[in-house]
Amino acid sequence: MSQTRKQLLTDPLVDNNPITLQVLGICSALAVTSSLNVAFVMSLAVIAVCGFSSLFISFLRHYIPNSIRIIVQMVIIASLVILVDQIIKAYAYEISKTLSVFVGLIITNCIVMGRAEAFAMKNKPFESFVDGVGNGLGYSLLLMSVGVIRELFGSGSLFGIMIFEPVSNGGWYVPNGLLLLPPSAFFIIGFIIWGVRTWKKSQVEAREYKIQTLEEH
Amino acid sequence: MSLRNYFHSIEPHFEKGGKYEKYYPIFEMVETIFFTSNTVTKVAPHARSFVDMKRVMTYVVISTIPCVLWALYNTGLQTNSALATLGIEAQSGWRISLLQFIGLGISPESLVSNIFHGLLYFLPIYLTTLIAGGICEVTFATIRGHEVNEGFLVSSMLFALTLPASTPLWQVALGIAFGVVVGKEVFGGTGKNFLNPALTGRAFLYFAYPAYMSGDSIWTPVDGYSGATSLGIAAAEGYESLSNYGITWADAFFGTIQGSLGETSTLACAIGLVFLLLTKIANYRMVVGCLLGMIIFSSFLNWVGSDTNPMFSMPWYWHLVIGSYAFGLVFMVTEPVSGSHTNLGRYIYGALIGFMVVMIRVLNPAFPEGMMLAILFGNIFAPLIDHFVIMANIKRRTKFNVQTQ
Repeated sequence: MSQTRKQLLTDPLVDNNPITLQVLGICSALAVTSSLNVAFVMSLAVIAVCGFSSLFISFLRHYIPNSIRIIVQMVIIASLVILVDQIIKAYAYEISKTLSVFVGLIITNCIVMGRAEAFAMKNKPFESFVDGVGNGLGYSLLLMSVGVIRELFGSGSLFGIMIFEPVSNGGWYVPNGLLLLPPSAFFIIGFIIWGVRTWKKSQVEAREYKIQTLEEH
Repeated sequence: MSLRNYFHSIEPHFEKGGKYEKYYPIFEMVETIFFTSNTVTKVAPHARSFVDMKRVMTYVVISTIPCVLWALYNTGLQTNSALATLGIEAQSGWRISLLQFIGLGISPESLVSNIFHGLLYFLPIYLTTLIAGGICEVTFATIRGHEVNEGFLVSSMLFALTLPASTPLWQVALGIAFGVVVGKEVFGGTGKNFLNPALTGRAFLYFAYPAYMSGDSIWTPVDGYSGATSLGIAAAEGYESLSNYGITWADAFFGTIQGSLGETSTLACAIGLVFLLLTKIANYRMVVGCLLGMIIFSSFLNWVGSDTNPMFSMPWYWHLVIGSYAFGLVFMVTEPVSGSHTNLGRYIYGALIGFMVVMIRVLNPAFPEGMMLAILFGNIFAPLIDHFVIMANIKRRTKFNVQTQ
């Protein structure tokens, strides 16, 4: 093992974050981050699916024929997603309505699939589980950061609790309507990636081309 | 010591290895305000012309002067008229107190009172734009080590002119900061932006604070006064009923109507356009394309007609004078950086915007005004248009070569 278990859990938080470095799972990050409650439930769902799918796929990894491995992985992930979806519907019905198709779409979330394919197929069950949970946490960290910005400045509250009293209720804060629209998550994720890469220079990609100047001819 | 010598004496501190090396862009900015830059172009091609970027940008700022003057007059006129209708006693505020203190009074008939009252609205907005945008601009220039560019003067002026007079100043600051950072600096600064920075900031405000950017109560900054823009009236009741509100075509052309600061007068925009075309800052192809696109598509919609949507029947000469069409056409469509760069592409680019304006105004029920969104849409398509024009050129010339061999 090149990485310790602790590293498996913590690396995906910042150093190898599935959203900011690998730019996977953007779609759901745009759709479910306008309120923190929803983002939180979605995060739990992805952590659960990602961790357990890696665990089960890792258990079965010697028995999965290589040529149909994607189909087998999909079956496992889909079963877990249905399970999670039913639990959310049973215990958090209101939120499940807001999440709508996005829980179902965890099946197609590149992060889950990517960990199954890249890690769980080659590693032992416990390590795979830790890796899955770690990547789920990395996804959640970003989801929650975006959610905090969008809900706080978009509607003046956090987890539905009023922080900035909006003007419509007699307060002073004018909510920023753009932040409630999905495109705003694009800007915010972009800004976060910018910030992370300013902080961790090693994440900056090499330039694809260089503008030529006269001296170089 | 003369100013020139003073700059020379402090210059070494700002050059590489000097004490204030980091702040060179700020030094450069201040120095080039007073003197011509010492540096010459290092990179090919060495096009020889008296027109450098500084002059281009200065010309654009000069061309906005008619719009600015009209913005002052009309904002004051609308405000004073509203005050006259509602009664001054019901209103208060530092502007009114100041006007009465210096003895100008609030009278829609008095030219000076109108202009001065308008100035009291325009100036805070413009200064906020300059300061907030300037801070972003200088910060980026200092960190990235590029020069502070005159392009910002253009963006800030245009941005201020696109806002309603009642915009709160903190929104002005937020909008221009977003425009400068996201519209320009993240792509590398002046000349590398693919969206118009002023419009990016304006679009940000439009979606972030819709209640402050559209509706009936924002165009005249007087509490309790509501006045719809002519586009709003035309969308609701058809352009024929504009006359019921006392708006004739001439009013809309000269600009004594409700609207954002600089957009109301088509005449003022036209004067700016003539100046830009004569100095060859603006490319006439974009203007022609945009006019043709708008005229042809709105005529087509007139011909199609509609029983439920009164906007269908609005003729092109009304589209031209109301809303921000003229302002956008003169100052935004012709912007060289974010537009197309091939000659044929410029016609197509202009036509696409002209088409989209009518499309959004008439067929989209969500937005009464379409110029801002249409131009941003055109900006996004400009590189694609160029690509196809160039590919077509290559194809045509390859064929030509085969035939002659």
